[in-house]
Amino acid sequence: MNDETSQLLSDTAEKLFSDHVTKNCIIDAEKGTWPEELWSEVIENGLNLILVPEELGGVGGNWMNAGILFKASGRYQAPIPLAENIVASYILALGGISQPENSILTILNGAFIAEKDLLSGSSPRTPFASHSTHGVVLYKDGSNLKVGLIEIDKSNLKDNNNIALENRGRIDLDKVSFIENAIVDCDSNLINKLGALMRSNQMAGALESILTQSVRYANERIQFGRPIGKFQAIQQDLAVLSTHVAASSVAADYACSSMDKGNPDFAIAVAKSRIDDAVSVGAGIAHQVHGAIGFTYEHGLHFATRRLWAWRAEYGSGSEWSKILGEKAISNGADKFWPSITEGNLDI
Amino acid sequence: MSIPFNFRLTDFPVEAETLRLEVREFLSTALADVPKETRAETWYGADEAFSRKVGERGWIGLSWPTEYGGSGRSAMERYVVLEEMLTAGAPVGAHWIADRQSGPLIIRYGTPEQQEKILPGILRGETYFCIGMSEPDSGSDLAALRTKAEKDGDKYIVNGTKLWTSGAQRCQYMIALFRTSKDEDRHGGLSQFIVDLSLPGVTIRPIVDLAGRHHFNEVVFEDVEVPETMLVGKEGDGWNQVTAELALERSGPERYLSSYALLQELVKEFSERNDFEGVTEIGRQMAHLTTLRQMSVSVAGMLNDGENPALEASVVKDLGAVFEQDLPNIAHRLMDLEPDAQGNDFQKYLAILTQISPSFSLRGGTREILRGIIARGLGLR
Repeated sequence: MNDETSQLLSDTAEKLFSDHVTKNCIIDAEKGTWPEELWSEVIENGLNLILVPEELGGVGGNWMNAGILFKASGRYQAPIPLAENIVASYILALGGISQPENSILTILNGAFIAEKDLLSGSSPRTPFASHSTHGVVLYKDGSNLKVGLIEIDKSNLKDNNNIALENRGRIDLDKVSFIENAIVDCDSNLINKLGALMRSNQMAGALESILTQSVRYANERIQFGRPIGKFQAIQQDLAVLSTHVAASSVAADYACSSMDKGNPDFAIAVAKSRIDDAVSVGAGIAHQVHGAIGFTYEHGLHFATRRLWAWRAEYGSGSEWSKILGEKAISNGADKFWPSITEGNLDI
Repeated sequence: MSIPFNFRLTDFPVEAETLRLEVREFLSTALADVPKETRAETWYGADEAFSRKVGERGWIGLSWPTEYGGSGRSAMERYVVLEEMLTAGAPVGAHWIADRQSGPLIIRYGTPEQQEKILPGILRGETYFCIGMSEPDSGSDLAALRTKAEKDGDKYIVNGTKLWTSGAQRCQYMIALFRTSKDEDRHGGLSQFIVDLSLPGVTIRPIVDLAGRHHFNEVVFEDVEVPETMLVGKEGDGWNQVTAELALERSGPERYLSSYALLQELVKEFSERNDFEGVTEIGRQMAHLTTLRQMSVSVAGMLNDGENPALEASVVKDLGAVFEQDLPNIAHRLMDLEPDAQGNDFQKYLAILTQISPSFSLRGGTREILRGIIARGLGLR
């Protein structure tokens, strides 16, 4: 896919989300209503299949393309599992499995094993579990790593939410049979890595949103006879926020691009670690600039900031990924520290 | 409002990665005798013999067009040379300014005579430049500068004082911004000159910094006669020329690698300890460093493509200075060792970098000025 396709994808996502992700849509979703219209638009445009090869009925895009969609969904705080469905359908496709018609996928994340093709294990926080029809899982079967597709049975499901009121249900499985399964040749920790990659991109998008909102508010809100954005204290704070927004966007892109090059471990860890720091600084500044109004439910800033606070802790916190980087760097030794950065690879 | 900057990722071409290995090979022998204190200072450490060696390899003016004696290679290849030199602690300070901005300025705006006279010496690593912008009463407010260059026949008579001029004591030339006329517009009436620092009436006085080093200077001009042939570009166009020059000055690897030596030394120290906080912090700094590098490389790519990424450059410099300044404090917090110029390598680096780190957010545009530029880009001013 070329730049033109990227632009088309970006325009499609912008149009779709700006039309359909209204404040009421997000509020209703927080009360548990599934945004049917928004989701069917996403499906109609095939956005969920961006990473699925054309021969399996997908779009055949790359991770830079997927990153555009991850970021857009974060920018609009779209209350749907688009990122999860992109990743889940990608993992299924690794095993040559196509997703069933009209299915909504979730990703099971936890320790799973199978005996005689019956799956057992728990996924304590499963994104949008209560709205999903099918789950995708990576599991060990003897010495094989396999990908499996199961049907979500509501009786195995305990509802829970993250602080952004996105459903994160617990799924406990005891000898459940597969709809389909297949051996895959991939990293056994792939789900955690791709989870970190998608959340990093979504956070980069949500950070753009809080910057845009904060600048707009600073130009509108008048105190002491002028817009507060005319005060240097506010300008300097917003400048700092914007530097973190820029860094996050670059870190997220770097992770996607490294994924496309087949060498993503370093870049994903960098992205999740760096963007976690950006969230801590950035969400604080956005709220400070908005003052008390941004602290109300009525004002929409929190749709982005609560997601940022939830997402930075999902699929490994920044510290967790920093520790992975640090441990590798130290075992490589000081002489390899710089080369590992120029090569974007810790296994040198 | 849309986000006003666009950092697209830029990959290094294959030839840049080949060059990287050549530079590493060169540095593995060329730096053998350079003391740790000098290495810690990176581009503030100067060694003229080293600069000549770099010149011999053709690594000064690497991206200048061949008709000016340069190697005609890409800005991305130049970037690789710079980052390898800086992370290795090479004493590149003598030729740094001439290579980075004075040479490119003379190529862009200079006359053929100026180019012929000056560029070959820069390329050999023998001709050095300093920057004459700040004055006693014009620091961040550069346009308030008062040093006058008054036209008198075929020369300009210069009177005034430049301040905080790094490296002037070893430079043959200064690119100076002088006031050539009174103008309603405070950005008007300014012009750039190449000033031969050996001219009568030029006095260079050292200003010792808080660490006891002599890096910057006060340069006083008393009735200095600068030939009109040394005017760079158009009279009165100095402000625009300087603004373009600053984009070159603000986004390079020197804007986030100043404390790199300390980070590498921390990795060494922690290889002998099992310390969760230390390990995590090293990883965290690695993430910051890697992201900054991708941002800075992105700006290099834009410059290479002939764009003007002034806003992006300010973002890199601001974030880079925060990163560089955090490192000495982080190193102090993690290690129970005093900064000590006579101590082990870690202590030496800590001693020098702790003391010089305040300058990182002052030189080349203060933090407040950069953030003001960014705020303007955001539509707040």
